[in-house]
Amino acid sequence: MSTGALLDVRRLCKRFGALAVTDEVDLQVHAGRIHALIGPNGAGKTTLVAQLAGQLPSDSGEVRLDGHDITRLVAHERARRGLLRSFQITRLFRSLSVLDNLVFAARAAGKGNFSAWRARRHDDEAHARATQVMQRMGLAGKAAAAIDELSHGEQRALEVGMALAARPRLLLLDEPMAGMGAEESEQMAALIAGLRQDCAVLLIEHDVQAVFRLADTVSVLVNGRLIASGEPDVVRSDPGVVAAYLGDQEDA
Amino acid sequence: MTPRRIVLLAVAALAIALPWLLQALGADFYLSMASRIVVYGIAATALNLLLGYGGMVSLGQAAYFGLGAYVSGVLLTEGMQGALPHLAATVVICGLVALAIGAISLRTRGVYFIMITLAFAQMLFYLANSIKGYGGDEGLTVRSRVQLPLGLDLRDAETFYWVALAVLALVLWGLSRFVGSRLGQAVQALRDDEVRAEALGLPTFRVRLLVFVVAGVIGGVAGALNVNLQGYVSPASLHWTQSGTLLVMVILGGAGSLWGGVLGAAALLLLQEGLLAYTEHGEFWTGWVLLAVVLFARQGLAGIAPALKRRLARGGTAP
Repeated sequence: MSTGALLDVRRLCKRFGALAVTDEVDLQVHAGRIHALIGPNGAGKTTLVAQLAGQLPSDSGEVRLDGHDITRLVAHERARRGLLRSFQITRLFRSLSVLDNLVFAARAAGKGNFSAWRARRHDDEAHARATQVMQRMGLAGKAAAAIDELSHGEQRALEVGMALAARPRLLLLDEPMAGMGAEESEQMAALIAGLRQDCAVLLIEHDVQAVFRLADTVSVLVNGRLIASGEPDVVRSDPGVVAAYLGDQEDA
Repeated sequence: MTPRRIVLLAVAALAIALPWLLQALGADFYLSMASRIVVYGIAATALNLLLGYGGMVSLGQAAYFGLGAYVSGVLLTEGMQGALPHLAATVVICGLVALAIGAISLRTRGVYFIMITLAFAQMLFYLANSIKGYGGDEGLTVRSRVQLPLGLDLRDAETFYWVALAVLALVLWGLSRFVGSRLGQAVQALRDDEVRAEALGLPTFRVRLLVFVVAGVIGGVAGALNVNLQGYVSPASLHWTQSGTLLVMVILGGAGSLWGGVLGAAALLLLQEGLLAYTEHGEFWTGWVLLAVVLFARQGLAGIAPALKRRLARGGTAP
């Protein structure tokens, strides 16, 4: 059965003991769309991302990327098929410069690009891609900087840029705005909106305001189950969603 | 010519001229010491690749050092002296053993990786002890040496030194090339954050295994050289204390520095030799030196010069 979706998730499960962290999740992400996944803390969003990206094996269910079954593939194989992710807690290569972080990212997803002999400083395609991403993420001029010299906002921008440099077809963004100030969040939102031309995005984000402005589709995850999925306006007024999640947010 | 290159050429010239210098000083005895430093320098550089660059803390590197020595020792005992068969057998056998050990150990991390590499090396240690045909626990003495082309005779102390020096130079050149390569950068990224490197599409297991096997092969070559230097190999060369010695050399010299292995080998062997003249408790004082390096020179001996340079630069600009 084909739905034409770029990412097609069917009845995906993950249990830790008796606890179903991901409980029969069905999810479709379409090309060129921003699909947001929201839910209260502990809903299982990060676990789901780890299952989709291949860091965590699923107990049952199926994940298809562009019609191909990728359920059994490990993380690097999924990355090479264009499924890339960013992390909620920044994971950068601290002994490499900003440019080298991006060059590695651009190269890693390509095939057979790791010569043990050829010098890394060849003006190749990976460098061009890295420079381009650096401009786009507002990191121009920081090429030679060490990771520790970047501000928190710049590190978060690079965190997303790493996944983008790898030329994703589907980008999983795990709370890209975590810990950002209002102005930085605004810039990040604009950047994510612009990603539609590059790839499909599955966006996990706590900032509900930003999500409803950015997303084409919103899904709500509560206790490992998807309780609603659809256009932002429909989901926003869904009584179940209001009761389980959005209501709490307004109280807080 | 950069200052760096001048220093490098000076060191190379000095290393090549060492046998003549020692002769002029009437200190020929030290040539075998120099050869040991070169051989251990190769072995420690192999571990440095694994530990300093690959971030894999192995306590079983003696497995390859000892295995290489046994391969060459056994071939010599069986009357085979050609350089090519020795090299091929060492590379193939050590490579395959490293491949098997790596394929299993690299599925673990941290303390478990240390323990499992240690366990595999100990298995080889007990195996060597039990093979009576090749000396068993008494070790294997060989009278002949590998025959090199051009009539080079490894029994000659100077020839051995120069041949080992050439191998060391080749290994260091290869390592510097590797560090600057794309794969070298990938290994560095992998050491920083394995999860991220994998998430970006790097087949991390395969890359680690490759580094593990290369380190094993280089360690084996060092071992093969060692049996041709000493004329003797015993199970002790496979023992975990031997792995520990190599580890100490790398940490003393500077893990992750190109010259770390060589500097560490030179420092430790010279220190032990020097202390021997004054005390029976050499190991005790060696321990203090290691402690001082770990506490005050985290980058090891190789890190001291750059640190001094930084300090001087800071001092120069300070008001």
